[in-house]
Amino acid sequence: MTYILVLEQILNGLQLGVMLFLMAAGLTLVFGVMGLINLAHGSLYMVGAFAAAAVAGWTGSFLLALIASLAAAAAAGALMELVVIRRLYRRDHLDQVLATFALILIFSEGTRWLFGSFPLFLDVPAYLSGPVSLPGGIEYPLYRLTIILIGLAIAAGLFLLIAKTRIGIQIRAGEADREMIAALGVDISKLYTLVFALGAALAGLAGALVGAIQSVQVGMGEPVLILAFVVIVIGGIGSIKGALAGALLVGLTDTLGGVFLPQLFALFMEPASAASAGASLASMLIYILMAAILLVRPSGLYGGSA
Amino acid sequence: MAEVVLRTENLCKSFGALKASSDVSLDLRAGEIHALIGPNGAGKSTLIKQIAGNFRPDSGRVELLGRDVTALDTVARARMGLGRTFQISALAMEYTVLQNAVLGALGGQGRVFRFFRNVMKDPALLAVARDALERVGLADAADRRTADLSHGQRRQLEVAVALTLKPKLFLMDEPMAGLGADGSHRLTGFLDGLRQEAPILLVEHDMDAVFALADRISVLVYGQIIATGTAAEIRANAEVRRAYLGEEDAA
Amino acid sequence: MMTRESLLNWAMIAALLIVPLAAWSLDEPFIITLATKAAILALAGVGLNIALGLGGLISLGHAAFFGIGGYAMGILAAHAQNYEPLFNWPFLFEGSNQMPLIWLVAVVLSALAALVIGALSLRTSGVYFIMITLAFGQMLYYFAISWSAYGGEDGLSIWVRNEFPGLNTLDPIQFFAIAYVILCLALFFAARLAASPFGLALAAARQNEDRVEAVGLTPFKLRLAAFVISGAITGLAGALFADLNRFVSPTMLSWHTSGEIMIFVILGGVGRLYGPVAGAALYILLEHLLGGISDYWQIFLGVLLLLIVLFARGGLIGAIAGREKAHG
Ligand SMILES: Nc1ncnc2c1ncn2[C@@H]1O[C@H](COP(=O)(O)OP(=O)(O)OP(=O)(O)O)[C@@H](O)[C@H]1O
Ligand SMILES: [Mg+2]
Repeated sequence: MTYILVLEQILNGLQLGVMLFLMAAGLTLVFGVMGLINLAHGSLYMVGAFAAAAVAGWTGSFLLALIASLAAAAAAGALMELVVIRRLYRRDHLDQVLATFALILIFSEGTRWLFGSFPLFLDVPAYLSGPVSLPGGIEYPLYRLTIILIGLAIAAGLFLLIAKTRIGIQIRAGEADREMIAALGVDISKLYTLVFALGAALAGLAGALVGAIQSVQVGMGEPVLILAFVVIVIGGIGSIKGALAGALLVGLTDTLGGVFLPQLFALFMEPASAASAGASLASMLIYILMAAILLVRPSGLYGGSA
Repeated sequence: MAEVVLRTENLCKSFGALKASSDVSLDLRAGEIHALIGPNGAGKSTLIKQIAGNFRPDSGRVELLGRDVTALDTVARARMGLGRTFQISALAMEYTVLQNAVLGALGGQGRVFRFFRNVMKDPALLAVARDALERVGLADAADRRTADLSHGQRRQLEVAVALTLKPKLFLMDEPMAGLGADGSHRLTGFLDGLRQEAPILLVEHDMDAVFALADRISVLVYGQIIATGTAAEIRANAEVRRAYLGEEDAA
Repeated sequence: MMTRESLLNWAMIAALLIVPLAAWSLDEPFIITLATKAAILALAGVGLNIALGLGGLISLGHAAFFGIGGYAMGILAAHAQNYEPLFNWPFLFEGSNQMPLIWLVAVVLSALAALVIGALSLRTSGVYFIMITLAFGQMLYYFAISWSAYGGEDGLSIWVRNEFPGLNTLDPIQFFAIAYVILCLALFFAARLAASPFGLALAAARQNEDRVEAVGLTPFKLRLAAFVISGAITGLAGALFADLNRFVSPTMLSWHTSGEIMIFVILGGVGRLYGPVAGAALYILLEHLLGGISDYWQIFLGVLLLLIVLFARGGLIGAIAGREKAHG
């Protein structure tokens, strides 16, 4: 009984982890290649979710909704890059923080203006709802399992893209030396727009996938953005491998901590205060994890020098 | 023989496959100028950084004033009396020349955690700072913004800031670079007198200055010291001529 | 010699006094409250500016200190109004509705938090520092949400404004006077700090870390001290802000608050001593004017901020007074 509960929670943690990876991958690529910190990445997550909800409401097709989330977020990302972001590559981090914070205000209020303040709902399609039996006698929601598989597939695809393709080689070269790849005749501004749009599309997809479990609303991207920051600080900024490791670590820690810490506290406290103390500690757990990792490795698990 | 102020023993430092220092042992004695020469990329600055504490050597030791400082950081070594100029000027560019010198004086004095008094009105600090600027010939430029200085003036300011620390030894990484004939002539005269106050480990490409000043010269090639000796000995050394002076006019 | 910038500074500080005084004589308490809010937010910005402008530390976590100050007020006052001591052991500690004591607690607690957060995050630099300060701020935010004893997500209200000996704090103009005097004291302190030995070394560490180390000073210690001072001032502003609203909630701790405090500093002009005063006043003005026209006024704020960052980096003071800098 309890081991089934534990396994179920581990799967939930994995599910959160792969979603965080989709967010963190874009952030860390953009930082690694362009040296840019983008606070507005959470807005792209939100754009993806809203696009999916709108298209699903229109056509009734979940698949089309997912495609719309990818397309809308990629387009918003490319636009963002062309209009604002590319003016920021040579600026200091303070300017990047402020300009992308301004973008959040514009995106959030703009979305509120277009869609109103009430949450939208994106339904899990019939063919993906309901539980599925896994070996070991676990009943687990099919949709969540699908999310995990999609996330892992994308992670694998991303590793392949970076390790094997021309674009991947250019991305890696860009991390090492911008002038070098410009000298090799790569159109660097096109490459940057492409990388940015790719990261945006992943964030948008994550927004749509999660939007079907939670609600689709303004500001939904920000808690995820901050978790994604924790992920890449833990993993090491610029490292895709680090993003994956960090995402899984954060996803598992957050999920398991939230469920089991109150139970742990209940062993030696009265139930009411155990629940609240456990919940309080659980809410801080990933930050404590981050602090602990930083004490040992200031530039993250897979980071070089910062 | 004069007292040894600085000693490195078998310093090794690699960057990947590149051996930037291999088994470097040298010393600096009271009252002398010890010049370190070598072609571009020989590892001179890398050696300076290991002595100053920016780089941790892969193996070997650094001894300062008789004490093993290999494990100490740059700040601790500076406090022990190591005054340093950088190859690429490291100055507070928004500050005036005087402010940079006062910063040095403040570091030398060490009482930085004072929050209320006006540092630019502190007579003791100002006296030290102005004196140092005077000595390097920057007194007239005291109120100029450092970012507006010429390259050569920044080199002079680097030396002035090092002076404010009243150090027990100097590490100077190419202080003459960009100074022009006139400026380097003057700085040569100044360093000549300075060795009485504190010995100098001098990295320099200006061979006239080196041969005019140095009590001893060490030649670094591919991270290795191939010869150490007086100016005459170095001129006469066949290996040095081949490896280093070969392409120059060895007058 | 009076530069254009210092003239402008005096004009701003005078305007911030004259507007509420005029409002008082015209019996417009709402405008006094807006001016009070501007003064308190400017104080928070003055705090941040010590870390950001002087020290070059891009903290996106200053809401933590603002919120700690706010909760210090909320918790002390809540215990005082319910006649419940905070704790009995190891000594009796009662709640309080006395502002000076509340401020002291707010300053001490936010300084301690800044010491811990700073000691951890200053081990890193660049983007890591930004993200880590953001994360620690958010940690406190979630903690406050889950801390049901003090209102959790709903926050904590107190019934009457706290007291200050000899003043009637319920009178808007008297409460404004308190906030204004504290702001002036903080500006005076920040100006002294910038010109002090500590300020010289701190701003040098922002410009060139190698240089500071080479003269035998430790950048980490300078920055940590700056971060603590900065956090303490922002914490004091938080206590006043909560007292102004008679309410504290996790929103004070959210990263949007951190972003807004940073906006005050930037709208005015980074590294300029009076930048936060100009920025906070402009922010309140925009909120009031644009907020009256459209519910979505933050779109305009976003666009304005974007334009300032991309095209007018000196902020408001820079646009008026030219490029010269207050510090250094
Ligand atoms: N941080 C570093 N990482 C990797 N390689 C480095 C680093 N610093 C120096 N090097 C390499 O080590 C070698 C020695 O460099 P160093 O700067 O010590 O030479 P130098 O003798 O001072 O040359 P110059 O006369 O041009 O100043 C060079 O090949 C340089 O590229
Ligand atoms: Mg060199």
